[in-house]
Amino acid sequence: MSLTGDAPKSINTQQKIASLLGVSGLIILLLASLNVSFPNKTLWLSIALLSIIGGIVWFAQAAYSGTHPGIKNDGVWFKSMSNRGYLAWLAGISLTGFYVILYFFPEYLGLREEGDNVGLIALFDPLSKLLSGEPASQWFVYGTLYTIAITAFGVKFLWKYRHNRYEKIRTYSVMFFQTSFAFLIPEFMARLNGEGFSLPYYDLKNIWPLNYYNFEQYRVDEFISAGTIGIALLLFGIASIFIITPILTYKYGKRWYCSWVCGCGGLAETAGDPYRHLSDKSQFAWRVERWVVHSVLVFVVVMTTAVVYSYLGDDPSKYWLTRDSFLIGVGVFLTLLFAGIWYFKREELEKDARYGAIGYLVIILALIGLHYFSGVNLFLFNAESLRATYGFLIGAIFSGVIGTGFYPIFGNRVWCRFGCPMAAVLGMQQRLFSKFRITTNGGQCISCGNCSTYCEMGIDVRAYAQKGQNIVRSSCVGCGICSAVCPRGVLKLENGSPKNRIDSEEGVLGDNVDLLDLIKQKTK
Amino acid sequence: MGFSLFSAYFTWVISGLQANYKKLMEHIVIIGNGISGITAARHIRKRSDHKITVISGESDYFFSRTALMYVYMGHMKWDHLKPYEDWFWEKNRIELKKAWVEQIDFEKKKLLFSSGEPLEYDKLIIATGSIYNKFGWEGEDLKGVQGLVTKQDLIELEENTAYTRKAVIIGGGLIGVELAEMLKTRNIEVTFLVREKAFWSNVLPLPDAEMISNHIKSHGVDLRHNTELDKILADDNGRARAVLTQEGEEIECQLVGLCAGVRPNIDFLKDSELETDKGILVNEYLETSIEDVYAIGDCAQQRNVIGQRKSVEAVWYTGRIMGETLAGTLTGARTAYQPGNWFNSAKFFDIEYQTYGWVWPEPKENEQHFHWEHESGLKAITISYNSETNEFLGINTFGIRMRQEIFDLWLNENRKIDHVLANLKLANFDPEFYDTHEKEIFKSFKNNLQEA
Ligand SMILES: Cc1cc2nc3c(=O)[nH]c(=O)nc-3n(C[C@H](O)[C@H](O)[C@H](O)COP(=O)(O)OP(=O)(O)OC[C@H]3O[C@@H](n4cnc5c(N)ncnc54)[C@H](O)[C@@H]3O)c2cc1C
Ligand code: SF4
Ligand code: SF4
Repeated sequence: MSLTGDAPKSINTQQKIASLLGVSGLIILLLASLNVSFPNKTLWLSIALLSIIGGIVWFAQAAYSGTHPGIKNDGVWFKSMSNRGYLAWLAGISLTGFYVILYFFPEYLGLREEGDNVGLIALFDPLSKLLSGEPASQWFVYGTLYTIAITAFGVKFLWKYRHNRYEKIRTYSVMFFQTSFAFLIPEFMARLNGEGFSLPYYDLKNIWPLNYYNFEQYRVDEFISAGTIGIALLLFGIASIFIITPILTYKYGKRWYCSWVCGCGGLAETAGDPYRHLSDKSQFAWRVERWVVHSVLVFVVVMTTAVVYSYLGDDPSKYWLTRDSFLIGVGVFLTLLFAGIWYFKREELEKDARYGAIGYLVIILALIGLHYFSGVNLFLFNAESLRATYGFLIGAIFSGVIGTGFYPIFGNRVWCRFGCPMAAVLGMQQRLFSKFRITTNGGQCISCGNCSTYCEMGIDVRAYAQKGQNIVRSSCVGCGICSAVCPRGVLKLENGSPKNRIDSEEGVLGDNVDLLDLIKQKTK
Repeated sequence: MGFSLFSAYFTWVISGLQANYKKLMEHIVIIGNGISGITAARHIRKRSDHKITVISGESDYFFSRTALMYVYMGHMKWDHLKPYEDWFWEKNRIELKKAWVEQIDFEKKKLLFSSGEPLEYDKLIIATGSIYNKFGWEGEDLKGVQGLVTKQDLIELEENTAYTRKAVIIGGGLIGVELAEMLKTRNIEVTFLVREKAFWSNVLPLPDAEMISNHIKSHGVDLRHNTELDKILADDNGRARAVLTQEGEEIECQLVGLCAGVRPNIDFLKDSELETDKGILVNEYLETSIEDVYAIGDCAQQRNVIGQRKSVEAVWYTGRIMGETLAGTLTGARTAYQPGNWFNSAKFFDIEYQTYGWVWPEPKENEQHFHWEHESGLKAITISYNSETNEFLGINTFGIRMRQEIFDLWLNENRKIDHVLANLKLANFDPEFYDTHEKEIFKSFKNNLQEA
């Protein structure tokens, strides 16, 4: 007795050739890292990158062009690559290896402290010089490959979901933000740097706390010394999180960022799309998610406060803000925030979320209090070691090595779901103060489970849909795939009135409200 | 003396409490762990402390029968079909028993199994679902001939697939078209025999049915209209090797899908005193002819038809509503089964279909159909309305998602077709940024009127 099917040949001849083309591009890059020196760097770099792009796009074309527009999930759970088979492990281990080298051993990519870079990084010099005028770094190599992944796999995604305009527009959007904001604009901005004027590398769509380093001393110093433009950028960075983000999230939910703008989300939605069904849907995973992601948020708040605190007051002529007023400001802000949530949204919060919020508030306030008594190190730790720990654990290991490296094993949104403090901030707001929700269509749900299976955030969408309840979950990134794969047209992502957004009553499954009333009356 | 008086008094108190307790704590046994039985169990648990046992021989846990196809196509794994995690049942004190009930002793309130101890009940809910029809065709019991209703059928299909290059599907209904889609994903050539002149045209108006027929063909299915099965031919190993149509054509195949409808799964009750017809006869409170015995879901047949509904309805949501209704009755709020306005949905390869209210294949007296079809052949609507009063009666919609809530409202308010078409946008449930067609539909209706 077996229910495990066999896939018919899952890729055709054209797809095989296309894969070969893409892999050959990767091999050129691999050879470069092994210090094979290529005579004409511009030519070989172009060949390598074009083969990768061409391979991916051709693969997609061969996979989807002859098919009807519609859902393309046939055989997903039969294929080695998308069902944690040996191909998936191979891909996962290679990607993870790449991240480890990138973050911790860039010298193997050819980074040199002294003199010119060699190997892979040197191969990218022509492109880097073309854009910014500077030689390449490991981050430039990474940024280029990242952008290629989003655009080329973006094209694949566009083909796959060509019947769904929401998916298409959203994908154009992430492709645009990655190529312009994340990749090209910062490179061009670097061209402005010169005598006495220098801006920090700034991807404008990258908002604190996702870019946890935005308010570190060297950046703030650079911003300030760059005059009006610098100050404007610094203010933009602050406004992004305290003004722009709340407004957009109120109107559209956190999707405006997570699946329309963000680079991490962009990669997850494009290159990571074939792995979205691998997310863990158990209630246990949900519990872990809430604790871990909110702990990271607390961590980043504490760390940033400590870091800013540590350099404030170093130079009173530079910073008008004093250490004490900064700390008091943070304390007051957090207290007001939690008091506000507590006051307005008490009933809507589930018990554990409430405990969590209170617990964390107490911790932060207690730590600040401790400072006044000990006076030596803020929060018992030295700010620099906090920053370094955060950068290592969260910035490198969590978001890179595990978050992206393990796409083929844990699914494509592990970082976004369990680790991203930005997602935690947006999520709290989405849950409490937003017009966004996923509406369910009365009693049409047949509990098939496609929505839950393909939700990359591991949300058990079906659990809501089969009761006729709206889905209002802090983790939902609004990718729209649950709605796309639903065979009965049950789910719709909508921005509507915040009233009645959350219907916690379990109705007669949405189709006969009178009956519910009747039962209620009779039992009274 | 004093002591014995005390003990007598004590015994009396205890027995009184026990009787009371028994009333609170009845043993409710449910045969069938499908949507009807499980919904009943969940809601009884929510509203009471009765002891609940759910029995099924098919699977350990409740799963979504509607999604069997997606396991075969590799969209999901078996575990994804389970709407509740396995710990759910124990936590909610719903006992599960995997066994086949062979006989029911209604007199002694006892269930007898194919093996193992009998089980006593205080109240019995029969929710045994459907089985697929066989009409006594020659060869219908050969290897490679099967329907698709149960988990066991799916396992059998997986086994048969290994032998199959070509398949013939008999019967143009919802399960037939699902089976066709399933087999196509395994590169099996499919010939689809339907009795009607277009796919499902015994339910859909002809223009709708024809559009779906074309779509099915565009997916490479050899769809044969007006064709009926005569018999199934065997090879030397007792496997199907071909079918013979009533016109005498022989079509080679290694798999024959029997998809000519389903019927209530009540054969094990045939010789009992329970009143049955096509299904188990129930009144509006879902009570059968025997006290403390109830029937819900696919296996139940309404003695008095409700509106224009069929007396036996094999659809998911009616099972769900029956389960919840009965839970009300069994926990102190005797509630009649009221399924509300008819609605349903399905998917034919890439075309989603929804229906609200009644659209008959042929307009009945004083009824008229308005049909609009998009040039792509992938979207269409058909609206049925009263030709005298213009009252809106129902809509079929293909490739355009619509809101149940709005149509429910319009049906309850007896709105006119003009109102519906003028406000169609309110009912649209397609994802954001989709093309909308309300204006086009409205214009087409006005033109129709002028021509008429
Ligand atoms: C392939 C397929 C696709 C479908 N798609 C849709 C759809 O898209 N939309 C829709 O509305 N409906 C659909 N249906 C119909 C829908 O699935 C049924 O209406 C619904 O499942 C009926 O639920 P139920 O609880 O009444 O019975 P069932 O789900 O059939 O459950 C009955 C259970 O009782 C068990 N049982 C029976 N007899 C005994 C016995 N003697 N002892 C022990 N156990 C027993 C059976 O094994 C079974 O597990 C589909 C059906 C099939 C087969
Ligand atoms: S609930 Fe739907 S829209 Fe939200 S993340 Fe999951 S699949 Fe995407
Ligand atoms: S909402 Fe749609 S996809 Fe999800 S379980 Fe219901 S019918 Fe299936």
